Amino acid sequence: MVDTRQDGDSLILTIPAGGIDPAQLAAPPQTLPAGGISTLQVKAPAGWKWGTVDAAFLAGLLRRLRGEEPDAPDIQVQGVPHDLAKLLELARSAPTPAEAKPRPGLRKRLGKASLAQWYESKAMMALIGEVVRRLPRLFTGRAMVRRNEVMDVIAESSTNALIIVAIVNLLMGAILAFVGAVQLKAFGAGLYVADLVGIASVRELAPVMTAIVLAGRTGASFAARIATMQGNEEIDALTTLGVPPEEFLVLPRVVALSLLMPLLYVYACALSLIGGLVVAISMLDITATAYMVETQAAIKSANFYIGGLKSLVFGAMVALIGCRCGLRAGRSAADVGQATTAAVVNAIVAIIAVDALFAVCANALGI
Amino acid sequence: MTSQPRIRIDQASIGYGGRAVQTGIAADIAPGEIFAIVGDSGSGKSTLLKTMVGLLPILKGNIQFDGQPLDMSDAGGPPPFGILFQGGALWSSMTLLENVMMPMEMHDHANPAAREALARFKLALVGLPGHEERYPADLSGGMRKRAALARALALDPSVLFLDEPSAGLDPLSSRRLDQLILSLRDGLGITVVIVTHELESLYSIADRMLFLDGELHHPTALGAPSDLVHSSDNAKVREFLTRKGMNCSISEATP
Repeated sequence: MVDTRQDGDSLILTIPAGGIDPAQLAAPPQTLPAGGISTLQVKAPAGWKWGTVDAAFLAGLLRRLRGEEPDAPDIQVQGVPHDLAKLLELARSAPTPAEAKPRPGLRKRLGKASLAQWYESKAMMALIGEVVRRLPRLFTGRAMVRRNEVMDVIAESSTNALIIVAIVNLLMGAILAFVGAVQLKAFGAGLYVADLVGIASVRELAPVMTAIVLAGRTGASFAARIATMQGNEEIDALTTLGVPPEEFLVLPRVVALSLLMPLLYVYACALSLIGGLVVAISMLDITATAYMVETQAAIKSANFYIGGLKSLVFGAMVALIGCRCGLRAGRSAADVGQATTAAVVNAIVAIIAVDALFAVCANALGI
Repeated sequence: MTSQPRIRIDQASIGYGGRAVQTGIAADIAPGEIFAIVGDSGSGKSTLLKTMVGLLPILKGNIQFDGQPLDMSDAGGPPPFGILFQGGALWSSMTLLENVMMPMEMHDHANPAAREALARFKLALVGLPGHEERYPADLSGGMRKRAALARALALDPSVLFLDEPSAGLDPLSSRRLDQLILSLRDGLGITVVIVTHELESLYSIADRMLFLDGELHHPTALGAPSDLVHSSDNAKVREFLTRKGMNCSISEATP
């Protein structure tokens, strides 16, 4: 324990043989004289090896003795090496650490979060507006986009995603058929597995699962790419050249994914039905022809229209959310990760929410 | 100096999110001048540069190019300036040639058939002939800076903004870049606005400098570095311009 003793206008501080306990940095001696000290005399054991703990303790002590006033009288420090005294003088100019702000209350945090959400919604609406406004420029060939960039986006959103879309939808169809077969077989209605798989895949599973796969794959890739560009000032470089990022980066991605998603949806439907067919003919006593005839009878064209419309909307949503998360990202490497995560999470939540909205609307319209 | 400045900064306040970092900035930058923006760290040098090129909104006052405010809208056409960002900011998915050609393609600049030749010429101008098909990731920091400079020159701008072009470069590369900037000014008559911390660059290329004080939040000196080092009434400016180790350059630069 450090010993302090006042002698006139001097404060004598004795460093114990074991050195200053680092815990005392947070809790300096409580019995300090209130002002009137002009000299701090430090007594250290012979051959004492001075370190940063000593310097930090002395700097804190001097700050307390001098007070917070900028024109407080100087205190002479004796008994420390000259170089350490210079360090203490440097530390004097360091600002006093500000007191930790109390954590805001629940209402304030809720308000701030709501406001942030409101501003983000406005920014998203503005982005959608910008994309829609620039659509005619794209279709008339006046948009500032590069052919290579568009081809990359198309490849990223389609051919590169074919395998994973196939695996997911094939398995989803198979799982659905398996679950359905176990239940329906008990009632002697095994053939109706075709109805179950057909309607569920075409109307719900194929568009939703494909959109979720693309949110995790393509949407995340859009966000990471654009966020990295943000960090490298590449987007600033575009802006200063008079090339709007909404046109150069967002527009081709939104259009490509919106147009490719319906194609992927058809592909996903086919694979989902194949998955169901394989399980049905292997588990149930039905032929492939009977399964296909039943599927054809069960799926109404309205189911295809709804599924196709959903996939179009989901494609645009995944691209817009991915691009928006990239554009709003900060400039550090951590921000790229955050943008990517946000793009996937937000897109999945939005897909489910919009799918529910579709279900409500379809029910209200009786389709 | 002509009556019409190339750039006029009129009592500008700059900052982020409505919070002013610097206020009362005023300067006229003449055509063909190399104008340096200097100051302590965090004083708002890059903020001023980004405000001048329209990346940040101006809080107060105005900035004009050839008597007109900057128009960044779609109808505004190609910008009157080129900019070299601190990290180069080359588009990583494109080769150097594509990087330089891209601004030309976006603004239908020059004859389409001539664009590639022009881009090659600009890369040669910055000392990168033979590197046209390389990607930014394959280049050293100095080469990236030079390639970014070639891209900044793509649209034949009348003003060039350079944000700490020597940052992260070895002294030799830094010196070569300074020579290149001088050659561009002398050969093409380009006005150059440069943010720099390098005293050697400041003394060797800048005609005038504006010192932004990060503590007072307003400019405290405007003039030729070699004049301000002796005549500035601000001790901080004199201290900045007479850092130890730079006396040699100062004595060379001062008459």
